[in-house]
Amino acid sequence: MVDLSTNTAGIWSPNPFWLASAPPANSGLQVQRAFEAGWGGAVWKTLGVAIQNVSSRFGGHTIHGVKGAGFSNIELITDRSLEVNLKEIAETKRLFPRNPIIVSLMCESEDEWRDLIKRSIDAGADGLELNFGCPHGMCERGMGSAVGQEPKLNERITSWAVRHSTVPVLVKLTPNVSDIVPHGLAAKRGGAHGVSLINTIKSIISVDIDRFVPHPRVGALSTNGGYCGAAVKPIALHMVAALAREKSFGLPISGIGGVTNWRDAVEVLLLGASTVQVCTEVMLRGYGVVDDMLDGLQEYMRAHNFESVAQIVGRAVPAFSEWGDLDLNYETVARIDATKCIGCQLCVAACHDGAHQCIHPVEGTRVPTIDEDECVGCNLCEIVCPVEGCIEMTAVDNGRVETSWNKHCQEGASIRPKKGVH
Amino acid sequence: MTIQLPSSRSETAFEDFKLPLLRGEAIAEATRCLFCHDAPCIQACPTEIDIPQFIRKIASDNVRGSAKTIFESNILGMSCARVCPVEVLCVGACVYNQVDQPPIAIGKLQRYATDRAYEEGWEFFTAGASTGKRVALIGAGPASLAAAHELRRFGHACTIFEQRTTIGGLNTTGVAPYKMKADRALTEVEWVLSIGGIEVKTGVTVGVDISLADLDSAFDAVFVGVGLGEDSSLGIAGEQLDGVHGAVAWIEQMKLRSLDLSKIQRAVVIGGGNTALDAAREVKGLGIPWVTLLYRGTREVMKGYAHEFDAAMREGVRVEWQCNAREISGNPFAADPSRLYIVACGQFEDHRVPNLRERYLEVEADLVLVAVGQSKLTTMFTGFEGIEFEEGRLRVDAVGFTGRPRWFAGGDCTNAGKEVVNAVAEGKRAAHAIHAALQGGIHHG
Repeated sequence: MVDLSTNTAGIWSPNPFWLASAPPANSGLQVQRAFEAGWGGAVWKTLGVAIQNVSSRFGGHTIHGVKGAGFSNIELITDRSLEVNLKEIAETKRLFPRNPIIVSLMCESEDEWRDLIKRSIDAGADGLELNFGCPHGMCERGMGSAVGQEPKLNERITSWAVRHSTVPVLVKLTPNVSDIVPHGLAAKRGGAHGVSLINTIKSIISVDIDRFVPHPRVGALSTNGGYCGAAVKPIALHMVAALAREKSFGLPISGIGGVTNWRDAVEVLLLGASTVQVCTEVMLRGYGVVDDMLDGLQEYMRAHNFESVAQIVGRAVPAFSEWGDLDLNYETVARIDATKCIGCQLCVAACHDGAHQCIHPVEGTRVPTIDEDECVGCNLCEIVCPVEGCIEMTAVDNGRVETSWNKHCQEGASIRPKKGVH
Repeated sequence: MTIQLPSSRSETAFEDFKLPLLRGEAIAEATRCLFCHDAPCIQACPTEIDIPQFIRKIASDNVRGSAKTIFESNILGMSCARVCPVEVLCVGACVYNQVDQPPIAIGKLQRYATDRAYEEGWEFFTAGASTGKRVALIGAGPASLAAAHELRRFGHACTIFEQRTTIGGLNTTGVAPYKMKADRALTEVEWVLSIGGIEVKTGVTVGVDISLADLDSAFDAVFVGVGLGEDSSLGIAGEQLDGVHGAVAWIEQMKLRSLDLSKIQRAVVIGGGNTALDAAREVKGLGIPWVTLLYRGTREVMKGYAHEFDAAMREGVRVEWQCNAREISGNPFAADPSRLYIVACGQFEDHRVPNLRERYLEVEADLVLVAVGQSKLTTMFTGFEGIEFEEGRLRVDAVGFTGRPRWFAGGDCTNAGKEVVNAVAEGKRAAHAIHAALQGGIHHG
């Protein structure tokens, strides 16, 4: 039997799937339904200063017919009263004592932080998440990503929170920085027990091309929002991995960004997160999406003989390297399985127009041929091929020893001749 | 020009066999298209419509651009979307047939874009600057319409001579009404003619009302798109009886008039081609309970499309294979002596006896439709130098040139009866050859 329980910075959870601090974790009834559906934990929608929201608040990015492949919001922190939120947190903890509730917080002065932290812990918070990530609205008032983008501010406020907290403190980082590492290290210096990332990415989701106003449209105006959803997963994976492999960092990570199913979640875990937070997929499809995440993860663990989530965490981090360390003599070529080819020739168009002109149509058949002497092994054909397993990238033994650019520069190691340069 | 059809026509009893796509359905279907390189669907289309491109434009909700892409290759794209046997053309070539996914519904998507163009009244084409050249076109079917439209884009004046009072050819008089009704075909004719400069003279029989020689001298070029002639007959006794009709002629009546079928209980369709299958499905669809297809061959050699045959079977048509009709007579023993009595001689294979064995079949019917082909309109050109026939087909080269200077041809009269889309392709191709000839320098002049 595999054990799905996990621990992030001392916060135990029956499984690694947490609701992110967002509309799905806005109220007691919602979080209770989520726990009933199988979610392991929930990061309560950010408590803090008084706000007022606008209509509309969300925008969706449709990609090749898939609605909500990307998503954006300009909603602020909770607009419900602190008293109501705290009461519902306490009620939810009473009903679901095994499921951790992490309370997200955002305020200004140290006194405000102290007060909010105390009341949250009194209500039953298992952990705190400092919202240093929100890139819209709150940052204009000096909170959210305005803190997350300034390492000194991040460190100082984190240290306040840690000083006043008796439960683990996670710092939620903004991706709206050029390098995530200094910001993770700032949180560490402030004494954080862990970090969660990524928050949303500053963005304009789309433009109403008839009214000439970006989305989401609030009357005649719009503003930048926070981009999230399936499309941001690659950015999240990179930032999670960048911190996970940083030797001077070493804090636990709760990974967030673009997780729609168990596969996405496994990727986030493999790159160093010990819990996975989800918002957009729940907003688009409801709490029930966790069912596939739970049994998909279990099946994956069984298939790989993993007994605990901890065995997955960070397993792909050592393979995340620098370009200069990659083996320049590792050579692959594309090969087409003619028995699977359906003759769409997407690979021909892709190779000719988008790559190195080595896949060619053949007279009398729809199955193209690959000129392996020119194939650079770029993968484009494999990506566009609509048939699983039809085009495979095959390693070629060119008889050369492994050599990286760094070794080439430092030691003059010999590298294979270039292909596809014509 | 507007041609009025009687509002009460038998064909109006039919609903569309393939339902039109709603916008959401169309976009979802279009989004599935892979946008193949050198796409097999284009290769399978006689008019070479850039199918992946028009589908991609539907996916991005650029329906106008989509319709333009279709009409640029096929001005009769609206009717072709309905009447093309896509199962054996573009859809049959879709690469999705090779994997476990349904092929793209290309015909339905084409209908979506072209219907929208008609609804919105989008105009894509204007006539070219007048060249002063005049082209005569014989027959007002799809081949001539496509040719005339293309010729107008080049700026040549066109006159179509049509012996009937209706125009549109088989698109108006012959298409199965669950695919397209006559009024829709006439709407398309008006759409094609709206480019202007195409005069249509109906009720004019070339060779009778105007001689070939007169056409030859009065026009700079001539396009022959006369189609096929009358239904062929079986040459058996009783074919002249009331209740026995050529299928093409009967279908025309059914489409343009209101037929009284109240007394008909049993119908027999003789033949195994697509006209026979159409006729059988139409009779069945009009509520005749017993419809039998009498075919001399086997399923394997049947010329009718498999998808049409399957539809006929689903709709309850039954078949007698390997049966030759020998005689049709009134049945003196029947309660209703006007009921026809068809004697057919059949053959069947018996696995116990290696030789074919004969059998006799007697079928009663109130209606017999003979669908064994159509005659070829060869006689009108007898003795007209340069126009030659080969197995009844008017002989043309790859671009539609007949061999007689300035005379071109296309459509059923040259291909012995193919699809509307073939006629369009041939008409358009001939128009380009005519244009080249009229500009001088090409030997066809």
